[in-house]
Amino acid sequence: MIATDQARALVLSRIRAALGITTKDRTREAAVEERLRRHPRGTIPARARARHEALIDLMTAMLTSQGAEVTRAATPEDAVRVIADDLGAHDLPSVLRMGSDPVLGALPWDAVPALQRRTGRAEARDRAALSRAVTAAAETGTLFLVSGNDNPTTLAFLPESHFILVRAGDVVGSYEEAFDHLRALYGEGGLPRSVNLISGPSRTADIEQTIVRGAHGPKRLHVVILG
Amino acid sequence: MADASPLTFKQSAARALADAKLQRALLNVKRGFIVKRATAKAKLPEFDQLREEARALKDHTLLDLDLYLEAYERKVVESGGHVHFAPSAADARDIVLEICREAGARLVTKGKSMVSEEIGLNAHLEAAGIEVAETDLGEHIIQIRGEAPSHIIAPVIHLNKEEIAEDFVRAHRGLPQDRSLSAVPDLVAEARAVLREKFLSAEVGITGANLLIAETGSSVIVTNEGNGDLTETLPATHIIIASIEKIVPTLEDACTVLRLLARSGTGQEITTYTTFATGPARPGDPDGPRAYHVVLLDNGRSEMLAGDFRAMLRCIRCGACLNHCPVYGTIGGHAYGSLYPGPMGAVLTPALYGIDHARDLPNASSFCGRCEEVCPMAIPLPAMMRKWRERDFERGDPPLRQRLALRLWAFAAKRPRLYHALGRAIAPMLVRLAGDRGRFSALPFAGAWTDTRDLPAPEGETFQALYKKRSGEK
Repeated sequence: MIATDQARALVLSRIRAALGITTKDRTREAAVEERLRRHPRGTIPARARARHEALIDLMTAMLTSQGAEVTRAATPEDAVRVIADDLGAHDLPSVLRMGSDPVLGALPWDAVPALQRRTGRAEARDRAALSRAVTAAAETGTLFLVSGNDNPTTLAFLPESHFILVRAGDVVGSYEEAFDHLRALYGEGGLPRSVNLISGPSRTADIEQTIVRGAHGPKRLHVVILG
Repeated sequence: MADASPLTFKQSAARALADAKLQRALLNVKRGFIVKRATAKAKLPEFDQLREEARALKDHTLLDLDLYLEAYERKVVESGGHVHFAPSAADARDIVLEICREAGARLVTKGKSMVSEEIGLNAHLEAAGIEVAETDLGEHIIQIRGEAPSHIIAPVIHLNKEEIAEDFVRAHRGLPQDRSLSAVPDLVAEARAVLREKFLSAEVGITGANLLIAETGSSVIVTNEGNGDLTETLPATHIIIASIEKIVPTLEDACTVLRLLARSGTGQEITTYTTFATGPARPGDPDGPRAYHVVLLDNGRSEMLAGDFRAMLRCIRCGACLNHCPVYGTIGGHAYGSLYPGPMGAVLTPALYGIDHARDLPNASSFCGRCEEVCPMAIPLPAMMRKWRERDFERGDPPLRQRLALRLWAFAAKRPRLYHALGRAIAPMLVRLAGDRGRFSALPFAGAWTDTRDLPAPEGETFQALYKKRSGEK
């Protein structure tokens, strides 16, 4: 097997030879460093530059067209009830898997005493899970989930029913604004282990271009916009 | 089923045309992708501007590819992952197998990856006694059929649901033989149940990458099914296999490319899942892999940087050029006899494997130009196919008769007076020979044309003569 260092040197030297680069060039390096540090934005679609209420409407419309259910909850009590009612309406056990997210933890769960909450990553037998999106980009109805103890990644993929709560104030217009939100939370130049952009329930169109929901991930996605 | 003996392109194309099931399945390309892309593009007025920006950002990245790869590598290492450079397909296979062995893998789950097909990864792992489970629905079907994908984003676009139902009955053991698999949702539900077991027991998950981001050391996959996410979240080891040109500088650059990718391919505004994976699980994380490896494949790409085919490295594998190609739409992907079919395959395949292995491909085109028009990276595919034809010709590979005919034509074409004189002499002869029908049903040396259709005869005068006459009339 080719030695690691040798393989690396070979690929990089082939690239440099192909580009006609023979010497170390500080100007090239500086330009690359500058681009990575400044990370300039490209064109942002006009639809992402609307007033906040219009963005919430766009978010709702996009998610709905992509097969998700969307409910606007005016109060935290409403949010809890929306989730409990959904489980009931779909004949699911009144059990919800979730992480340690403080925003979710602070919801008034006492409003529906029958609803049991289990904390931790999703297990194979879990039927329903709740995650919180730290931000969302209205331009395509895309929720941004980050991995960790607060919202384990498995919650978003193993259970058949997935709820995502996002605070209305965390909804922005574009992907770029959402990533800036993550940079503010996690610092420049790095990301949490997994950043999951979710825009609807799992689907496939592999067979005869027929869209079927619930391929390998959740069959249903219910998004609750709080506030 | 895979062919035992390789056919020539002409033979396999003829066979594809006569295959009624295939022709029925291929209608889905036209009914689905083309309309969906046009709709998605129309909803985004900034599409063309984004296309121009994406082209520029990829060109910029390729000119500094060495530096961006180094920056990316630093970030992956910083986040606790490992980067392995693979000069060749064989190197990549060895590296992946070694990581699997160290991880004690008996079962590997895989997300859809064309690069893994390119290097023949599955056969290599299986030969070493490791079970490989493709988890994308289309790839799963391909795997149980022992076939190659016929489309880069829709692997089983060549199949109808009845054929897939037969495969499931044969391959999914231990299920009732008389179960109903007549509807597409039945098939999806069965694949979900069968593959769920695999997800939960695999020791290693292998995915490709649609993008690699130098700023953060992240790899990005776009999927609709969620299989890629289960593949990279559940097993203890995650291996990403990606080719070197997948790199973009920043998250902003990734946003620009992502706005074009799904719209061009499936015609979605965005795929259901777009996942940015950066290193292994962090301390305290309750899920995610403990080990994170990236295998960066060259396999001929660094050579493409030097010459006429650099622009091909802008390709983001959306599949739009396949979907809009009249040749692809008529014969499907398998007839090309190469892993990468359609216009992008006609340019990429000779670059990766040498023109000797792909001489028919740059000729499998009507040069209508739709591929370039719909390419989100504005890759001049027809011009590059022409370039391959020229190279093939210069090497003296085409048959002697073809070369002599072209030489003869070129001799005349370079001498306008001679050319016009010949035209004036020959046109009336052809008119007389064709007689009242005005068409030829057979001609010497042109059997390939006249076997399947008539050749119309000239109307009487040459174009030049008509043009002169009509300009004079004005």
